[in-house]
Amino acid sequence: MRHIISVLMENESGALSRVAGLFSARGYNIESLTVAPTEDPTLSRMTLVTAGDEAIIEQITKQLNKLIDVVKLVDLSEGKHIERELMMIKVRADQSMRDELKRLADIFRGSIIDVTDASYTIEMTGDGHKMDAFISTLDPELIIETVRSGPLGIARGGKRLAL
Amino acid sequence: MELSGAEIVVQALIDEGVEYVWGYPGGAVLHIYDALFNQDTVRHILVRHEQGATHAADGYARATGKVGVVLVTSGPGATNAVTGIATAHMDSIPMVIITGQVPTPVIGSDAFQEVDTVGITRPCVKHNFLVKRVEDLADTIAKAFFIAQSGRPGPVVVDIPKDVTDPNIKISYSHPEKIEMRSYSPVEKGHLGQIRKAVDMILEAERPVIYTGGGVVLGEASEALTDLVRLTGFPCTNTLMGLGAFPASDPQFLGMLGMHGTYEANMAMHETDVLIAIGARFDDRVTGKIAHFCPNARIIHVDVDPASISKTVRVDVPIVGQVRSVLYDMLRVLKEHPRKGELAGNVKAWWEKIDTWRRLDCLRYEQNGDSIKPQYAVEAMYQATKDHDFYLTSDVGQHQMFAAQFYPFEKPRRWINSGGLGTMGFGLPAAMGVQQAFPDATVACVTGEASIQMCIQELATCKQYDLPVKVVLLNNGYMGMVRQWQEFFYDGRYSHSYVDALPDFTKLAESFGHVGMRIDKPGDLEDAYREAFGMKDRMVFMDIIVDPSENVYPMIEAGKGHHEMHLSPHLSSDRELA
Repeated sequence: MRHIISVLMENESGALSRVAGLFSARGYNIESLTVAPTEDPTLSRMTLVTAGDEAIIEQITKQLNKLIDVVKLVDLSEGKHIERELMMIKVRADQSMRDELKRLADIFRGSIIDVTDASYTIEMTGDGHKMDAFISTLDPELIIETVRSGPLGIARGGKRLAL
Repeated sequence: MELSGAEIVVQALIDEGVEYVWGYPGGAVLHIYDALFNQDTVRHILVRHEQGATHAADGYARATGKVGVVLVTSGPGATNAVTGIATAHMDSIPMVIITGQVPTPVIGSDAFQEVDTVGITRPCVKHNFLVKRVEDLADTIAKAFFIAQSGRPGPVVVDIPKDVTDPNIKISYSHPEKIEMRSYSPVEKGHLGQIRKAVDMILEAERPVIYTGGGVVLGEASEALTDLVRLTGFPCTNTLMGLGAFPASDPQFLGMLGMHGTYEANMAMHETDVLIAIGARFDDRVTGKIAHFCPNARIIHVDVDPASISKTVRVDVPIVGQVRSVLYDMLRVLKEHPRKGELAGNVKAWWEKIDTWRRLDCLRYEQNGDSIKPQYAVEAMYQATKDHDFYLTSDVGQHQMFAAQFYPFEKPRRWINSGGLGTMGFGLPAAMGVQQAFPDATVACVTGEASIQMCIQELATCKQYDLPVKVVLLNNGYMGMVRQWQEFFYDGRYSHSYVDALPDFTKLAESFGHVGMRIDKPGDLEDAYREAFGMKDRMVFMDIIVDPSENVYPMIEAGKGHHEMHLSPHLSSDRELA
């Protein structure tokens, strides 16, 4: 089963490699991992998506908690939460395709953030399925490049992951 | 006080109460070595190889419970230390390893003797640090000591670039009074509700087993464990790492369990209905095949490390806390329980069953012919040392298992061996560390002719520091455990397990300035031990020629269950008693 885990960790050099190393050393799945500093510059927040049965997820959270740099973590999948991912996708956009691509981007609430005479770059946020759906509406020949952030997650309601 | 980085390192060690540092100098740590030169509070022991430094500090830590400290240079100094760091990590031994690093401006440039020490050691330490500013040095070293010895202990590496120890840059130093880390707060007390649940389960048990590991030794919980075993009247078995936590001579002791455990201990595990696991981690050498492990048991697990709980075996009542604290709480709840009087009656039939298993006498061997049996060599060593203040370190292989089976340890911290990593070469340097800590004790290293050669250069260290360690070499000419597996599982194809061209160990020992002895007749062994252990101020190297074909029994093959033991062919019934 897929789990999305948010981790608050000390913003120290090497902290990321400890997490990445843990996953490779113990053979855990890792689908995506994003990390950036928080409003408190001494803390980073990492969101990682992994998969495994209940026992494996339990071990993953315990092993993460055991890392000295990890301050706190939450398995967002255990409760209601929101996931968002950012994608930037560069597509071929010659004169004949421009209107159609603009319409498609609008339907998916994407915005065109860079334009050349032959291409559009579209920015889109949403959950992963939405990105997949958008990509599948495009002729693969049109896609020049895609970049996705991997999911970010936050719990619904007043709950928070903080010190 | 105004100190340079190098002086801060040394002063921090003094402030942590460090007595000994095992190390080897080199370019990146020269400033620190210069600061060591100017004081005599911390004593530096110069080893002959950095692996020896780590094992010596490790042996010291295992015997004393204090933090073992190592100082090595960058690059090869650090990589040579890695085996010893991993050894300590697997057995949760508190150590602080200070490694030199190339100066900060050249880090990442493939400078001379540069390796990414933090990267290389990351998977085999409890934590590691790279100190980039002299201002962070005192705090980081204090944190390293705190992390190493709290919670589930382990080795901590502090990597210090040479410019951080520059003798010309002085800053004010004070020893941090108290370490607080928002990301690290090990638990102390166990949850009382869980402890009560465990006690209820204990009171219902009809076929209980108390199974304990190295955590009881590390957590200073031996007395609490002994109280619990006596109060409940339950049988107790120890893992390889847990030997000595409960007195081996006690009738409630079943011996070691696991791959080379006793018949009674393994059969009891197979039939138990309530397993009380304390400071043990369900290692594969203990459990055998998980699907066959304790098939009828409900399991209580006490451990300081939450990640150890339900890692390989699902448990029913997890209790996270310091083992000693949890056991004393458990004892208190049990003593106040109105039904505690029922315990003895509950397990009467169970003991009768255990006694039938015991009657098999599974460790029996035949002392025939002219060759010395390795089992006899260990038994005779026990006879010669039982009245001594005795510590036994071990290398890895058959001799280790024979020692674990045949030397009855009555107290914790007396049996010192590499259990988790199984590091050949551990025994001799570990014995040096123990002897350094206890100069008046008798310290022996039981070893094989293969293991001993992995760190044999440390014989010189023993000479330099007058360490009267006794090396008890059970010399069978083979890597015995490898040979045994090849006999059992590879139809006797002894691929590269025979060591040709062995040195004359007697002369070798003598060339290092020690006493060498060679014993090859069973009748000479007792006298030889008496003579060797009588030489209080000399290192003695005993080359004992033992039967090359002897195997360690009982044995559970990897991937089999506790009830599927191979028993010695000398026993009347070599059968699988399910």
